[in-house]
Formats: sequence, C-alpha cells, structure tokens
Amino acid sequence: MSAFVRRPRVLLIALTLLLLLAFWLSLALGPLRLPLVDSLLALLRLAGVPLSGAGLEQAELIVGQIRLPRALLGLAVGSVLALSGVAMQALFRNPLADPGLIGVSSGAALGAALAIVGGSLFGAGVPPEESPYLLSASAFAGGLAVTALVYRLGRRDGQTRVATMLLAGLALSALAGAAIGLFGYLADDAALRRLTFWNLGSLSGASYARLWPLLLATLGVALWLPRRAGALNALLLGESEARHLGFEVERLKRELVLCTALGVGAAVAAAGLVGFVGLLVPHLLRLLCGPDHRLLLPAAMLGGASLLLFADLLARLLLAPAELPLGIVTALLGAPFFLWLLRREPL
Amino acid sequence: MLQAERLAVQRGGRRVLSGIDLELRPGELLGVLGPNGAGKSSLLAALCGELRPLEGQVRLDGRPLAGWPGPERARRLAVLPQSPALEFAFRVEEVVGFGRLPHASGRRRDAEIVARALAAADATHLAGRSYLTLSGGERQRVHLARVMAQLWPGGAQQVLLLDEPTSMLDPLHQHSILQAVREFAGQGTAVLAILHDLNLAARYCDRLLLLAEGCMQALGCPEEVLRAGPLKAVFGLDVLVQRHPERGHPLIVAR
Repeated sequence: MSAFVRRPRVLLIALTLLLLLAFWLSLALGPLRLPLVDSLLALLRLAGVPLSGAGLEQAELIVGQIRLPRALLGLAVGSVLALSGVAMQALFRNPLADPGLIGVSSGAALGAALAIVGGSLFGAGVPPEESPYLLSASAFAGGLAVTALVYRLGRRDGQTRVATMLLAGLALSALAGAAIGLFGYLADDAALRRLTFWNLGSLSGASYARLWPLLLATLGVALWLPRRAGALNALLLGESEARHLGFEVERLKRELVLCTALGVGAAVAAAGLVGFVGLLVPHLLRLLCGPDHRLLLPAAMLGGASLLLFADLLARLLLAPAELPLGIVTALLGAPFFLWLLRREPL
Repeated sequence: MLQAERLAVQRGGRRVLSGIDLELRPGELLGVLGPNGAGKSSLLAALCGELRPLEGQVRLDGRPLAGWPGPERARRLAVLPQSPALEFAFRVEEVVGFGRLPHASGRRRDAEIVARALAAADATHLAGRSYLTLSGGERQRVHLARVMAQLWPGGAQQVLLLDEPTSMLDPLHQHSILQAVREFAGQGTAVLAILHDLNLAARYCDRLLLLAEGCMQALGCPEEVLRAGPLKAVFGLDVLVQRHPERGHPLIVAR
C-alpha cells in the first residue's frame, strides 16, 4: 500500500471531473445519439435560457424527459450505494462488508416480489400506471422492515452486537430468498419476468416522481455521514477504543444502520438490485486515497456516482437499441476487478 | 484523580472483582500484577467505564465516570487495550493522530504532538508506513504513541491505563517503552499498567498492586509487595528476592 494520494484535493477534483464527464455522456449517448454540445444546450434550455437551433427542441425533449432523470437517478443510486458501503465497512470494521449485510437489499427484494407477484395474483384493483410506485414503496418498506428486524436481533443488554447482526442478516436474507423463490414459483410468466429484471437492476424506469424520495435520502446520507468522519475513523480501531476516544458508539451504530437502511432502501426501491457498487467503490478508493473517512467519504460519493453512470452507459449502448440490465454490467465489471484487487495485495 | 471505592464487578454471572479500593496518584506509575484470570483486565475495564460496577464506583475528580461527557472524559483518561484490531491501511501517523480526535487543537499542533508521541514511543522511523505492514511489537508502540498523544503533554489532571504495554516487545523495547511511560508519568499523569514481568515492574513502578482471584492481595512500594511470601501465595511460584546490584530495587529469580 504505497500509492496514497498525497494531495487529496487533486483526487477530489479529478473525481469531480470524471463525474461531470459521465453525466454529460449520459445526457448525450443512447439509442439516439445527440451531439455533445446539443445535450448541454438542451440542459440550458431546460433551465430557462432561451436558445434555439436545429434539433434543439427534440434534444430538449429527450434530455428533459428521459436522460436527465435517468442520469440523476444513476448519480443518486451510485453515490448512496458507495456511501453506504463505506458506512457498513466501518460498522463491521471489515473492508469486505457490503450494504446488503444488514438485510436491506434482500428485504427490498422481498418487498418487490410481494408487490409484483402479489399484484399479478390479487392486485386487479391497482391501476397499471401506479404499479411502479406501489413496487417502489413495497421494496422500500421491505428493506426497512428486514433491517429493523436485523437490528433488533443484534441488540442485547442495551448494546448492538455487530457480529450477531451479521449472522441475523445472513439468516434473514436466506429466509427472504426462500420467500422470493416461493413467489417466483407462484408467479405467472409476465410477473416472473418483471421480478427477474427487477432483481438485476435498471435505471430505465427513471422519472422525476420516483427520483425525489431517493434524492432526499441521498442528500441526507451525504450530508450526515461526513460529519461523522472522525467517529468512523475511531470506530475502525474497535468499539471500546472509539468509546475511549470520547465517541458515543451505540448512537453511532444506530445512526449508521438507519442511514444505510434509508439510503440503500431508497436506491433499491428506485433502481432494483445493483450489486458490487457498495463493495467495490470504497475498496478502490481506499487504494487511491487511504482509509481516512474525511477523504474517503466524498471520494466514494463521487466515484460511486461516476461508476454507476458509466455502467449505465454500457448497459444502454452494448446491445442498443435493446438494454442490458444494469446489475449485469456492474457485476461483469465489478467481480473480475474485485478478484484482481484481492489477488493484488491484502487490504 | 481516578478513584475506585469498594469496587465489585461481575462478568458473565461470575464475580471477577471485589472489594477494590484504589486511588491513582498524579505522577505515579502503578503496576498491576497477578496470575492469569486474577481480574487485571477486568479492573482496567472497570476503571475506564467499559464494565459497569456491581458495587461501589469509579470517580474521576470526584465525579462518577458515567457522569462525564465523552470527549471531556477522553481528554482526561486514555486507555491502551491489549490487542487492538485494525484491519485498514492507515499510515502510522494517522493512527497516532486518532489520539487527537477528542481535541480541537488544530492540524499543526496535532502534527507536532503526533511527532513527539512517536518519538517518545521510539516509533519515529515508522512514520509514513502502513499500519498493516507493522509487526506486533511495532503496532503496540504505535498505539502507545496514540494514547500518549491523546493526553499530551500529560499533567496532574490526567490518567493513562495500559493493558500489558510490553507484551509483544523485544527486551530492549520493554525497557525503553517503560522508561518512556515513566517519563510521561513524570509530567504529572497518573499511570496504571498491567504487567507480567516482575523485574520490569520492580524497576519502573512506584507502587505495585498484587491481584489474585479478584481481590487485592498487596498494595505498596515494590520492596513491600515483591517478597517471597506474597509471590508464593499469589503465583504459586518459589522465588528468591535479591537486590539489584546497581540499582537496589528487588530482583526476583525463580528457585
């Protein structure tokens, strides 16, 4: 571990530029390719600047209705997943921890399965245009409920035991998996297909209405976590050590779980299950900037957002005009890279 | 100053400490000796508030420990645990810098204190290295520097609790580190250290506490505590006690 960036500002500026590039390309590229300049001009028009030009109206329509909400969704999902990954790795004091460990992802998947299959079995009353919102709400609620249960199971004598939480998370995830399997067994073909695609994640359902709750959750996590950077550093030494350094560890753990449940729950509700971002991004950035949370948190936020936007670009370009599920792309990119990291040096 | 009154502690339904009356004194290095399972670590955990007492209480400056706000307490009381587990590649000076987290003394002052604490723990040459590449003994010295940085420069208001600070050190560093701890105590800090080596305890400690089965067996200066009788009673070990030919402190040799 030699290559810590000595100038943190340079890293943050580079990551910001990378994110801007990813965002820009996300507005311009797709089944219908817009000139790069036009996508920016369209953004200006959306912001109310009176510009006119050939094809700008069409560009404004595409950017405004489809690509801008999609890019914002990708930005929020990527940054909140990466931030939650950092939070969980600090909570479990293990660089291999993943936001899914506390049951939020499997709970959300269960909620989604309930909405999709339950909807197709009994839900004749739900109008089709509202069913995506029902799905999101159900996924979010499922994530929160399972995480709350994992947290409860980890509590004893007024203390949260992270090792117990980890095991409870594993057991409840297995239980949720069984229930999802049962739903899949009961589902008709259309519902099964929806369920499968939802489990692979996608940004294609992006709309402003589905964006707001996630943007709020992301903003909350992004504002709150960096304020705890010092406490997170201390927590890596151990819980007693953090207490000896004057931090209220029980409260911190509670806040970390809540933060992850809200952030990951909202991300999964909006975009389905997108794997590897929460594990990979913090890992990769620790290689570049070291484990200090004061730098790692903003870096992970920027890096996670960039990675997700680039992955989504691949998802929509590789088989254009068809679209690959996003989770396939992140896993295809993430898993080999992660293996390479593991082999390269112990973190 | 840190004071324990009629302290009794339970762990897993078993009483591990009882009737502990102890006061740490400013500027003094107090050594705690005793066989495995005598309650040494429990005593340390109770003195820093990690274990709630079953009876009695621990006061810092006359105020019960639980009544201290976290950061304020951390500026007064630092604890070196036996084997800190850190799985992340922090640089050595970052780890030592964690000791400054309860303070708001500014980056420049913190860096200066970190450098001095590293020097005190004979770890200056480790600066810049990743914590994960260090040996067990090097890590122990880095953590000692961290807890000294937490109280730096030390004073009569402060308390440092050390759980086997020399357990992983080579013979030279066992001496140089205890010498450094002594000098740190010389600035006024009250230091309690759990030790296993009777001769190191005899040489560096002002007072010794002999603990067996959770009870205080002897408390006093090394000459009073390190006698063949009490040592046989507590450790079951037959020893000869002589005087160090140059320094005059007790020298303990197994028979």
